[in-house]
Amino acid sequence: MASLLSKIWRTGIVTEPLAGGSDEACVLARAIAEKTRRLIGRALAIREVDAGSCNGCEIEITGLPTPLYDCERFGIHFVASPRHADMLLVTGPVTRNMEVPLRKTWEATPDPKLVVAVGDCARTCGVFRGGYAIAGSVDAVIPVDLFIPGCPPEPADILRGILEALDRLPGRD
Amino acid sequence: MVSFLVEPLQVALTLLLAPGLVGLVRLLKARLQGRRGAPVRQPYRELVKLFGKERVVSRNASWIFHATPFVVLGTTLVVALLVPLLAAPLPLDGVGDLVVVAYLLLLGTFFLALAGLDPGSAFGGMGASREMTIAALAEPTLALAIFALAVGAGSTNLGRIVARTLSDPVETLGPGHVMAFAALAIVMIAECGRLPVDNPATHLELTMIHEAMLLEYSGPHLALLEWAGHMKFFLFLALISNLAFPWGVAVRPGPVALAIAVLALAVKVVLLAVGLAFLETQVAKLRLFRVPELLAVSFLLALLAVTTSFLVR
Amino acid sequence: MIGLLPMITTYLAGSAAAIALPGDRGRRVAQALAGAGALLGLATALSVIGSGKAAVFDLPSSVPALGLAFRLDALGAFFLALIGLVAVPAAIYADAYTKEEAPPSGTPGKAAPRSGRLAGATLNLFLLAMSLVVSAANVLAFLFAWEAMSLASYLLVVGDGEKAESVSAGRWYAGMAHAGFGLIAAAFFLLAARAGGDGFETIRSLSSSPGPALRNVVFLLALLGFGSKAGIVPLHVWLPRAHPAAPSHVSALMSGAMLPIGVYGLLRVGLDLLGGGPPWWGGVVLALGAVSALKGVLYALTEQDLKRLLAYSSIENLGIVFMGIGIGFVFHGHGRADLAAVALAAGLYHALNHAAFKGLLFLGSGAVLKATGTRNLEEMGGLIKRMPQTAACFLVGAAAIAALPPLNGFASEWLLLQVFMAGASLPEGLTAALMALAVGTLALAGGLAAACFVKAFGIPFLALPRSRAAEEAREVAGSMRFAMIALAAACALLGLAPSVVMSFLARVLGGMPGVDAGGALFRPGSVLEAPQGSSRIAPPLLALCLIVVIAALVVGLRLLGVRGRTRLVETWGCGRTVQTSRMEITSMAFAEPLRRVFAGLYRPTKDLTIGFHPESKYFVRSITYRSRIRSWFEEDLYRSFYDLLRPLAASGRLIQSGSVHLYLAYIVAALLIFLLLGRWL
Repeated sequence: MASLLSKIWRTGIVTEPLAGGSDEACVLARAIAEKTRRLIGRALAIREVDAGSCNGCEIEITGLPTPLYDCERFGIHFVASPRHADMLLVTGPVTRNMEVPLRKTWEATPDPKLVVAVGDCARTCGVFRGGYAIAGSVDAVIPVDLFIPGCPPEPADILRGILEALDRLPGRD
Repeated sequence: MVSFLVEPLQVALTLLLAPGLVGLVRLLKARLQGRRGAPVRQPYRELVKLFGKERVVSRNASWIFHATPFVVLGTTLVVALLVPLLAAPLPLDGVGDLVVVAYLLLLGTFFLALAGLDPGSAFGGMGASREMTIAALAEPTLALAIFALAVGAGSTNLGRIVARTLSDPVETLGPGHVMAFAALAIVMIAECGRLPVDNPATHLELTMIHEAMLLEYSGPHLALLEWAGHMKFFLFLALISNLAFPWGVAVRPGPVALAIAVLALAVKVVLLAVGLAFLETQVAKLRLFRVPELLAVSFLLALLAVTTSFLVR
Repeated sequence: MIGLLPMITTYLAGSAAAIALPGDRGRRVAQALAGAGALLGLATALSVIGSGKAAVFDLPSSVPALGLAFRLDALGAFFLALIGLVAVPAAIYADAYTKEEAPPSGTPGKAAPRSGRLAGATLNLFLLAMSLVVSAANVLAFLFAWEAMSLASYLLVVGDGEKAESVSAGRWYAGMAHAGFGLIAAAFFLLAARAGGDGFETIRSLSSSPGPALRNVVFLLALLGFGSKAGIVPLHVWLPRAHPAAPSHVSALMSGAMLPIGVYGLLRVGLDLLGGGPPWWGGVVLALGAVSALKGVLYALTEQDLKRLLAYSSIENLGIVFMGIGIGFVFHGHGRADLAAVALAAGLYHALNHAAFKGLLFLGSGAVLKATGTRNLEEMGGLIKRMPQTAACFLVGAAAIAALPPLNGFASEWLLLQVFMAGASLPEGLTAALMALAVGTLALAGGLAAACFVKAFGIPFLALPRSRAAEEAREVAGSMRFAMIALAAACALLGLAPSVVMSFLARVLGGMPGVDAGGALFRPGSVLEAPQGSSRIAPPLLALCLIVVIAALVVGLRLLGVRGRTRLVETWGCGRTVQTSRMEITSMAFAEPLRRVFAGLYRPTKDLTIGFHPESKYFVRSITYRSRIRSWFEEDLYRSFYDLLRPLAASGRLIQSGSVHLYLAYIVAALLIFLLLGRWL
């Protein structure tokens, strides 16, 4: 116990401040109502949906709750059920098998809600475009509010994108 | 006059402070994990957000599903009326004793388990089954810990237990007392779904216990249940701290005494919360089928506590 | 004062009507008269308890020692009231429940529902016999009524004898009932022989003279005999077989009213006739009760048959009653008349509550059985939408039996817990330490009962229907719902007005020797008090607090403007395309964690068969999983007993030739032997 505590003491807080990135970090697909931002801006629950990704984006998303990026400091956390969620974080090109589940997840999420599509595949289907198993990009299945490009995007980019959607980037408020 | 304000004050305090306490534990755990973490006020923001959202309800759900959030929060609030948080004895002292408190919480759990079964979701049913397993196995420990306290005070009445400890601290705070509180603390961990019994931060369906029953809830319903969960945690910590260490509780309620009582309660509960945050950083979640062993240990502790209180009698 | 005669005549008229009246009328009139008789019995019981004067009814005989004497005193009246509490709703319920469905047109209908009429007649006789047991005032009357009660209930269990299950259940029941009868008869004959007369009055006046050895033997015989009727472990084996086989209103009567008569017998013999005994008597009763409570609820938990689940739960509840009675005997043995009164009151209070909620639950299970045609929990589901009133009543019963405040089960379990806490003040360290174990047992049984009844309500009534029959279920007839609502109201009232029950129990226990029911906690008021005033609760205020707080929550949220649109969608299932009832948790899976925790006790057998695809073992074609829990303890116990008994019975067959002449000779020989013995002794 003592060794663990002393290690905690020596390590200290490792969370890095969110550095500013390029403006291309995200693409707003449609305007987000101010009311929605006000309601979910400070307490955001995310449900992640892998709609057919190569899992590259997932590896980056897994970085969000780690001490380094610590999305919790912005009041963002991941939840187990779309019923609890305010935002769907969708990755990958939508495969035929995931088309219905994705739509169902969207239906299961209470309003007001946002959809953020992470990665190039989610927007353009990437290298999988035209494949027999692909139903289309995410916005072909459910309305998307924001795209975060990258193959895969870095955790910091994803975080910045989410905060951009909420209009909460540090230094702006 | 003031004495009649004590209980509304207790309910208000529980409603207002409970989310903050949870926020504090979360912040402490974040810091211990090397993270910056969310501010203490984060649970309040989450509740406000949930109250503003839509309810998405399963077509299979019946009235049980809609009634449960109110029953669960209602029973928790009645517990807040009965437990001596600020003063002892309370005006409603004769309405219920420690046994009533335990069974009121069981009433909430009973409905929550039914609500878990109601929409016909596989997760909800699994959560209900696990929650009832743990509740059933925690029950004898709780009863024996109550028994140990009651043997010392000669009563299960909450006011009398507090009064007895205040008047005769040396004799009451013997080893029996300490073991009874250790047992109560384990029961608290099991009942409130804290580590190592359940992980309040887990979002993996296969390992969750408490949250599996809430998976179908959304919006204001979910807010009520989350709030009730926060309050149950707050009340358990407050109950343990005030029964074990009742100093600060107002014996004759007056404005000054009550102010001291609020302060003392805050200090005690925060201290316990800090301890819990350290404990939760240390331990990993137990497998579900190892939990009965933990509860068996607490049962033995409670049994020893009773035996000890006979010996010193 | 109504007296016993009107009740007796009504029951007899009911039996006669069932046989005499043609067609379906016989059944209906018989059931109506059964209800009327039960109502008269209830009125008699209440007037006896109210006035404190016993109701007397004698059938003198010209042959000495063959007269039947009946004298309903306060203790018997309590149990008669308990019979009435279940029997009146059960009789109302029976009318629609036992109605034969009209045969579909085109098929030849049955000529006359003979079995329905027969059952109506037997029902009256059963109620009459139970009422006479609790009012019997001499040994002959008691044994006669007891045997009639067993036979009538046997006939009700077996029914028309067409179902193999019923016949087998009846055989177990008959065996256990007669073994119990033998023990009880032995106990009574020992007492009567010693007292020189078979009137209870005579026996009571000599109660202190028999030596301790005889008293102990009589008590143990009575405990075993009455325990087998009350379903106390290990004599409970007949109960989970017989209750499900009987029609549901009869199950309600057997469980709610007949099992407590075992408690009555124990109190009558142990406390009234013998005048109490050493504390270890109580210890034995308490231990048997504790084992029964745990064993009953553990087996109820793993049961898939709704009515058998309720039957096991009856074992648990009678165990709890026995715990109360047992600790009462302990206090009595220690000369603590005040505590003995509270302990006995707690036991009887729980018996009363059990009659209300178990009656309700059996009627509810009957409604489900009527609507779906099955007792198997795995084939039910979603009934709350199809049978809303039955579901609401069943929920009340389930919450009451799980001892949730402010319903009645909580009041009696609270009182019992307080009695155990008071028991810790006894001077003997051992007794005091045993109280701690008793508290733990009671609390564990309570917690497991809560888990069990989450399952018993949740699986059949919530979620999606698991079978076609459950899907097509319809709410049952109005009279059946009325009976259930009445019992649900009784559950609430018995819980909300505990002091009324306590003042009622004070009159019941007041006349017992060595019991002082004059304590403050027996006085009417709005609170339920613990012994020596150490704690108290006010259930009406508690209920009020709950209602006010919940109403305030609903109104408060409205005022704060929290409305929240509600949108109906399908259950969240991780996006899978269809949701069917096969994805729901089953009754067996619900109990699985506890089955694993108590695996050492259950010793479940598992049988897993996996059928693979011939091409590759990575493709599974079918999985069959079978797991069975057998009550190995009893089966082994009874098996070895049976193995012992069988050769004896085979040798006994030597004298059974089947020739009437030989039997006549036996009778003459027996008579001669007894006459000679009588002369000689």
